[in-house]
Amino acid sequence: MAVRNSLSGQLLRRSSVVAGARFMSSWFRSIEPAPKDPILGVTEAFLADQSPNKVNVGVGAYRDDNGKPVVLECVREAERRIAGSQFMEYLPIGGSIKMVEESLKLAYGENSEFIKDKRIGAVQALSGTGACRLFAAFQHRFHPNSQIYIPVPTWANHHNIWRDAGVPMKTFRYYHPETRGLDFSGLMEDIKNAPDGSFFLLHACAHNPTGVDPSEEQWREISSLIKIKGHFPFFDMAYQGFASGDPERDAKAIRIFLEDGHLIGLAQSYAKNMGLYGQRVGCLSVLCEDEKQAVAVKSQLQLLARPMYSNPPVHGALIVSTVLGDPELKNLWLKEVKVMADRIIGMRATLRENLEKLGSPLPWQHITNQIGMFCYSGLTPEQVDRMTNEFHIYMTRNGRISMAGLNTGNVGYVANAIHEVTKSA
Amino acid sequence: MRPPVIFQTTPFFSSSGDRRLNTLAKHFLQTESENNRNMSTSPTSSHGDSVFAHLVLAPEDPILGVTLAYNKDPSPVKLNLGVGAYRTEEGKPLVLNVVRRVEQELVSNPARNKEYLPITGVADFNKLSAQLIFGADSPAIQESRVTTVQCLSGTGSLRVGGEFLAKHYHQRNIYLPKPTWGNHPKVFTLAGLTVQTYRYYAPATRGLDFQGLMEDLGAAPSGSVILLHACAHNPTGVDPTAEQWEEIRKLIRSKALLPFFDSAYQGFASGSLDKDAQPVRSFVADGGELLVAQSYAKNMGLYGERVGALSIVCKSADVASKVESQLKLVIRPMYSNPPIHGATIVAAVLKDSDLFNEWTIELKEMADRIISMRQQLFDALHARGTPGDWSHIIKQIGMFTFTGLNSEQVSFMTREYHIYMTSDGRISMAGLSSKTVPHLADAIHAAVTKAV
Repeated sequence: MAVRNSLSGQLLRRSSVVAGARFMSSWFRSIEPAPKDPILGVTEAFLADQSPNKVNVGVGAYRDDNGKPVVLECVREAERRIAGSQFMEYLPIGGSIKMVEESLKLAYGENSEFIKDKRIGAVQALSGTGACRLFAAFQHRFHPNSQIYIPVPTWANHHNIWRDAGVPMKTFRYYHPETRGLDFSGLMEDIKNAPDGSFFLLHACAHNPTGVDPSEEQWREISSLIKIKGHFPFFDMAYQGFASGDPERDAKAIRIFLEDGHLIGLAQSYAKNMGLYGQRVGCLSVLCEDEKQAVAVKSQLQLLARPMYSNPPVHGALIVSTVLGDPELKNLWLKEVKVMADRIIGMRATLRENLEKLGSPLPWQHITNQIGMFCYSGLTPEQVDRMTNEFHIYMTRNGRISMAGLNTGNVGYVANAIHEVTKSA
Repeated sequence: MRPPVIFQTTPFFSSSGDRRLNTLAKHFLQTESENNRNMSTSPTSSHGDSVFAHLVLAPEDPILGVTLAYNKDPSPVKLNLGVGAYRTEEGKPLVLNVVRRVEQELVSNPARNKEYLPITGVADFNKLSAQLIFGADSPAIQESRVTTVQCLSGTGSLRVGGEFLAKHYHQRNIYLPKPTWGNHPKVFTLAGLTVQTYRYYAPATRGLDFQGLMEDLGAAPSGSVILLHACAHNPTGVDPTAEQWEEIRKLIRSKALLPFFDSAYQGFASGSLDKDAQPVRSFVADGGELLVAQSYAKNMGLYGERVGALSIVCKSADVASKVESQLKLVIRPMYSNPPIHGATIVAAVLKDSDLFNEWTIELKEMADRIISMRQQLFDALHARGTPGDWSHIIKQIGMFTFTGLNSEQVSFMTREYHIYMTSDGRISMAGLSSKTVPHLADAIHAAVTKAV
């Protein structure tokens, strides 16, 4: 009784001491329902739709020409080799050393001097998201007063990641709505005006959501300016191999920066290019001045990973290291990733042709100018809503279309729908 | 808790450094005055120094570092009693039969794909995990008052729960038992909570300091979060009795404290899944709210697959669904959605009654082997006449024994006997076998009798 009386008035209403907790109201009753994730919520809505014509061009997961998810042959073979032969012991905090080695070769170059000189501090991460989050936490710990400059627009989750890591965000111009291309002069101006030594988030290839990438020449200029300003370039590379079909080519921006002497940070993901979405496999690396620094950086990244998940999942890492570590499987992978990229490039051409044949008054070259999984269609949120409500076509409200969701069976239908909602625009 | 920021001016003598300097020089010549201004104002850009040049080498993780040290040791009699990973009598890691069977099914099923899971993970896995810990007939489950999300093993479940509380709960304090698993304070601090402690282990008795525990929980501000080890306390192996749990429950509810259970050893402690879940279930039975972090690392041997679940028992179904929506907002910026492989295996085992039964048998075998190791070690020390009361070895429960050895004694055992354990004197019984018990007993005897 005394205990109850001594509590505040609010608690007094709530508790019944003898029975325990039966009459207390919830500690969480004031929690607001969270809004649905703008990207993942699209697939949920799609799944709930009963229409036979429905099309999901929301989330960026590859589909074959029959609209089916794909498990690569090289991955199936790797799994056959792994199954039954592996213990499931804890990986080290930094993950599979073999997988990290192969990832660095892929990104920095097979014969990279930085790998030889052991200058890269790197750890296995939970796909691209996990790599970005780990870096954001690392940035917050060692540069607590810094901010991250992110392009406008960018993948929606980038905002959440740096916010939850406690790093404030600023933006730089990137997409030019009028041309549906790159706002290069705006980008360069914003890089120039940012205080020296700022942190910049760059999409290495196949910018998400716009599909708009700088040209090689533009990348060189961006690199020079970032150099002059002493900014830190952090690359998010979620589509190596997936953009052009050639992993070496897709790493061009990174190689330019490396040649220029930048000490970059890099998030790599195997979700799309190896179809390992749900396995959550990626890699975070930081290029350092020397081996000693790389060792220190890796150790500090581990201090951040340990209280987040202790050590990363082994299965996906084994698949990656088996595929990339075996020349035959790696060749098979290169072929399969090219097939995926080519199908998407083909769908871009087909979608554009269809729209032009339908006599659309609007320009659609951007569909084939853009690269990678996504096309920033230029559709307004209202037009997107019509696409969904009238045609059962699901996409994110920023007008982003996942080209992987298109196939020869539905591209005509989608072109028609886009035409319908835009012809009077 | 942040390390000091040390700005070093790193001498730029490496050849690659010279190359970079040359490249940079080209830009200097073009815009010299502008650069001179910039160079002096920016701490990060001078001469291409790394922005992370001020980092120092972090210490090895105290627990996982033990295995690293063990791996480096060439001695044929070395013994790893560090990390809590089960070993067979032959000293080998173990993949359970049920797990191997499910693995084969998965790999030979062409219909399986690797698509992203929902943010909350495998739905079946979540449902079955809740049933496992709360009991299939739990009223909280029947009333849809539980939200369960798949997370990365115990660590990930604790971290997600901690971040959720830091964002949405009115109290920042979380009370951890003294001692507790080394990673707990770091998990909750980085999640945004403030770590406090409550008395738990009594060195004098090598048992529970029940009075100290009750006093400290009684003094905690109302609404504080209390971390409780559901069974097989790590590192001490000391659990409250059923009667003591009841007292703890009544006190926690009367003070309106919020219990957060860490359940990493269900089934592993006594050999019975239901028995080990009893403390958690008694808290659910009183109708109150709580959080539980479950791990399948040990009890299903899925260590590296990172399989676990966070459950939050709420007062109403409406609150549970709002809580779930907010949990997604914590998870999405951390890793988007959890890994498929391990959870798929667990769901398959829990769902199929044959596999489930076989699992309970394999689980009991593991628990029984550990209990037998306890007895053997106790007997071996008794036979050697090792001074001291070693009955705590058979009284403590679960994977670990808190020997009571101090850090000098531990170092001695590592140096002279190649026995690897954490410096707090914790040994993983799972790392012992009948063959190696004598060696350990010799080492303990030597450590205790030698004047250190």
